[in-house]
Amino acid sequence: MDTIYYLIQNMLPVAIPLLLVALGGMFSERSGVINIALEGIMLFGAFFGALFVFNVQKTGINPQVILLLGMLVAGAAGLVYSLLLSFAAVTMKADQTITGTSLNMMIPAAILLFSKMFFNSDGITTNMAFYIRKMPVLGDIPVLGQMFFQKTYLTVLIGFILLAIAVIVFYKTKFGLRLRACGEHPQAADSVGINVYVMRYAGVSLSGILGGIGGFFYSVGILDGNISGHTGVAGFGFLALAVMIFGQWKPIRILFAALFFAFLRTLAYSIALIPFLNDLGINQTYYKMLPYVATMVVLAFTSKKSRAPKAEGIPYDKAKR
Amino acid sequence: MQDNKKSSQKSGFDFRSITKTKGFSAFTAALLAIALGLIFGLIVMTLANPSKAMAGFRYVLVGGFSRFGDVLYFATPILMTGLAVGFAFKMGLFNIGASGQYTMGMFFALYVGFMVELPAGLHWIVAILAGMIGGMIWGFIPGIFKALLNVNEVITSIMFNYIGMYLVDMWVQGNATMYIASKSRTNYLPSTVQIPSLGVQGSNVNLGIIFAILIAVTLFIVLQKTTFGYELKATGYNKYAADYAGMKGKRNVVVTMIIAGGLAGLGGAFAILAPSAIAGSSMTYEPINIIAANGFNGIAVALLGSSNPIGIIFSAIFISHIQRGGSLANLVGFKPEIIDVVIAVIIYFSAFAMIMNSALAKFVKSKFGKKVEMANANAEPTTTNKEAK
Repeated sequence: MDTIYYLIQNMLPVAIPLLLVALGGMFSERSGVINIALEGIMLFGAFFGALFVFNVQKTGINPQVILLLGMLVAGAAGLVYSLLLSFAAVTMKADQTITGTSLNMMIPAAILLFSKMFFNSDGITTNMAFYIRKMPVLGDIPVLGQMFFQKTYLTVLIGFILLAIAVIVFYKTKFGLRLRACGEHPQAADSVGINVYVMRYAGVSLSGILGGIGGFFYSVGILDGNISGHTGVAGFGFLALAVMIFGQWKPIRILFAALFFAFLRTLAYSIALIPFLNDLGINQTYYKMLPYVATMVVLAFTSKKSRAPKAEGIPYDKAKR
Repeated sequence: MQDNKKSSQKSGFDFRSITKTKGFSAFTAALLAIALGLIFGLIVMTLANPSKAMAGFRYVLVGGFSRFGDVLYFATPILMTGLAVGFAFKMGLFNIGASGQYTMGMFFALYVGFMVELPAGLHWIVAILAGMIGGMIWGFIPGIFKALLNVNEVITSIMFNYIGMYLVDMWVQGNATMYIASKSRTNYLPSTVQIPSLGVQGSNVNLGIIFAILIAVTLFIVLQKTTFGYELKATGYNKYAADYAGMKGKRNVVVTMIIAGGLAGLGGAFAILAPSAIAGSSMTYEPINIIAANGFNGIAVALLGSSNPIGIIFSAIFISHIQRGGSLANLVGFKPEIIDVVIAVIIYFSAFAMIMNSALAKFVKSKFGKKVEMANANAEPTTTNKEAK
């Protein structure tokens, strides 16, 4: 039972960044823009979040308040960075995959450059205890309290709140409906008076906000508040894309997909603590490859009947019908 | 190209007809992207250290000339990964997996280098071929996933970048002959497996660059003069039309990815089998769980060369040139990462440089307006046809 508690407690902080970033990807792709730059956006958000934490960590403000403020900073940073993608992909009608790739390449190098110049290291190391041993009241609930509200981070709670907001925005508002229309048939959307360019900017910007927050939560929940230009976010932006495809571009399915991937990754890093798997004596590298291999297996089975937005990746041109 | 010939026959040499060709506008677009990238680099340098920015920038621009041998050596792997990306581009595939294919090729070459005993003249050739096979295997996988299961090749090749990197690092670390644990790098390669040097003093430049250029020329011929090359380009222009015309799209996807993988694998082999300028040592590999940057630089090289094998030769040398310059800028206190930023900016702009370019051309036209239009009245219809394609 302790092993199960342990796995769940460790799985959730990993699942939340994947969930948020995949939701971001969903907003972007359902509006019609492929966002392969999620990896770079995450790292950008994580970097500015960590930079903020680094600058305020000595002021004595409550760590959880700093986490919330850092989240806002990271979200804003992600939004700004994602504008580069929307400018190229929507306004300039450039190839979305290439633009995304260049944005992914820029950030690790820029972080290394900046950190080497100002911190003399590969990234930012903060010294802030975000870890929550036990949440008041909620942590006392039997079984569930131990699973979800002990030995965790505030990020988990925020993540689920953001998921709820995303579902409501996506399915219950005029904005969500219009966004989805632009990803399926932009010409039709345009003909009923929806500004496709504005909706696509909005979709990419939402993915920037969620991607930035997801990156910051990655640095909080997995790297203990630090970030480095060398390892970055270890391909989580790309994994999030796989999570999104596995979740078939739908929020609740994305949640389960994120939990699945997070479980595999947690398992990979806790082999030594699980006697049964440890006894098998398989090289730990195989377990580290597991999330990536699982992605391939999952995609192999889901891609044939994939429900991708029809107009994704195609720049919208008013003149073309 | 053809109307270019005609008009030059008419009036000897007509500059305007050259400026109208597709190749020329790709060339100016690349120049525009490079200029914007370099300006961005200069701005970053000025922000970081205003007093030394110009000195550092001069190193970036011309520093490479003083180390031309090294420029060629470092151009070899990115020329190969550039070809790997560009060749797949011609078919409309985005081979972002050049890193994984490169790493796999490097490992296969290392394995032959350390574990297989062969006579001196043969050993390095076999090692290079092994590298090619390693890359081919790693290119085949995304190809087969795309062709049979309709999985987007971008996601597949990113995943296989990670899988390949972890696998190679594990294999290297698990092999006592290859790996020196105390130095966390591979052992020096035996001299029989090193590619013969071109003998430039103080540089690692070797036969690899010659092979790479020959391969690029071969690819150019394959693309221009063979049925396979034609089918490849046709599929790249319009997949459905190509299918309708009876071209075997699925088979071509797999073959293209195998070739692309082989090219990147060769890049890995050329990089690791190079003789070192320092006697008794050789190139080494450090298994530190980082994805090979040369694969991603290949994307920049391919885009700058507008996926044309001949263009890729020059863009690889250019990228390598500013990389050497960037490491020389270290002398005045700038970090070499500045060049990675510049390269990323160049890719960003080259993604829509063509559009900016034509906007710029329109602006110039409206300024110098009617004279040009009158003179080009004959050439106009053909060029508009080309643009429409």
